[in-house]
Amino acid sequence: MTTTAPVPTLYEDTAPYWRAAVEGRFALPRCRACRRFHHHPRAWCPYCWCTDLEWAEPSGRGIVLTYTTVHQPPSPAFTAPYVLAVIELAEGPRMMANVVDCAPDTVRVGTPVQVTFEPRGDVAIPQFRPREETPS
Amino acid sequence: MTLSGKAAIAGIGATEFSKDSGRSELRLAAECVSAAVRDAGLTPSDVDGLVTFTMDGNAEIAVARELGIPELSFFSRIHYGGGAAAATVQQAAMAVATGMADVVVAYRAFNERSGMRFGQVSSAAAHQVNTSGVDNSFHYPMGLATPAATVALVAQRYLHTYGATSEDFGRVAVVDRKHAATNPDAWFHGKPITLAEHQASRWVAEPLHLLDCCQESDGGVALVVTSAERARDLPNPPALITAAAQGSGPGQYIMTSYYRDDLAALPEMGVVGGQLWRQSGLARSDIDVAVLYDHFTPYVLMQLEELGFCGRGEAKDFVRDGALELDGALPLNPHGGQLGEAYIHGMNGIAEAVRQLRGTAVNQVGGAANVLVTAGTGVPTSGLILTAA
Repeated sequence: MTTTAPVPTLYEDTAPYWRAAVEGRFALPRCRACRRFHHHPRAWCPYCWCTDLEWAEPSGRGIVLTYTTVHQPPSPAFTAPYVLAVIELAEGPRMMANVVDCAPDTVRVGTPVQVTFEPRGDVAIPQFRPREETPS
Repeated sequence: MTLSGKAAIAGIGATEFSKDSGRSELRLAAECVSAAVRDAGLTPSDVDGLVTFTMDGNAEIAVARELGIPELSFFSRIHYGGGAAAATVQQAAMAVATGMADVVVAYRAFNERSGMRFGQVSSAAAHQVNTSGVDNSFHYPMGLATPAATVALVAQRYLHTYGATSEDFGRVAVVDRKHAATNPDAWFHGKPITLAEHQASRWVAEPLHLLDCCQESDGGVALVVTSAERARDLPNPPALITAAAQGSGPGQYIMTSYYRDDLAALPEMGVVGGQLWRQSGLARSDIDVAVLYDHFTPYVLMQLEELGFCGRGEAKDFVRDGALELDGALPLNPHGGQLGEAYIHGMNGIAEAVRQLRGTAVNQVGGAANVLVTAGTGVPTSGLILTAA
């Protein structure tokens, strides 16, 4: 039974994502042709199949597309209850994260969130916390 | 050229279903394969093909050695967990129909409860050097590792999108447990539940209560596939393989397909369903029994929609109207499903389909002629339509 929280493995196509997080930067691959961000990082743009990609920094803002409050954690490394969510970033891509810095029962579909970084071992995990809506 | 009607399931075999088998997985595999071969009126020397799941711990050659199967001309494995179940029969049928083998046994045997349980963080799984390791890196570190939590995220979106409720999920569990209650082979024999008990059961991962989640089991199930022609000469009435299909959808992951357009859907099951209807030429109304993979209740509702038994978002109404009862429009899992009978990765459901077609099921649906069976959901999956000869 794992007692320390798992850390991501850095693979060739994904290492820049995790290295940026250690520096407190939220970086994703962006296609130089169609200008769209994507996540998870990969070698081809999933929208136009161009291979000319760059690493750039999206806003870090998004909404909760769906979520679950986990009451039975997979290992003692996680303390229940905690919130898992699929975040839809303002720029379009979706990603998995914990919603932190709030009571679990306050999270809803549509809750606006902002990226934050959780240090873990030698790396850092991009996570999200609720964001106050700024009037437009 | 079509596979439809070329092959049949001629034998079924199983161990008892328990929480602690007290013996090795290989022994479970050998027992269920042996029982299935006997049920088919054959001997191990008749078997020349074996197929199982990549997750199965028992290599084909080990099973062959154990039973004295002398030669194998066909062996194959299907990936993606429980999504493999019906595909093992598809592989066997293709091998038989193309003359690669005469008698192929599909099997799955494990000590999933007393041995290696699913859904606990495995550092090996998170760090494997392959594409699944890459995928896991974006899920495991956040504490997404149990099958229940992976399903809960889709279930929550489904509730949000279609206005279904936890009680709609619960109705699936109540039906399964009602059927298991009268099945002496079921772990939950004699133990029906009420919707109130479902609602009162503890949260595992919201919106999933404990009673939305299938049990964990030890056991094994095997199925003997041979040509329809040969099957007609064997002791038991053949269950003809009228349709057999695999399916993977857009943006497909293993349990974590959250990055494609519609989160409240199982498009891979739609891929399977489309093929099943095309291959069989049958209509929804021709299906007498549905054995739908039920590791978690929400995916039963979503399968009803993907297979076209009801419209998108309408499964809640279909289920509320009693359609899934033994005397309903579409009797569901008369053996009790994986929620009620046992979790043998979908293979026990295929055995139940065969019993329904033979007319020997404990909860027999009168005159069952066509049974639709599905495999694991949330993963690349498979399905069958079996027909009485």
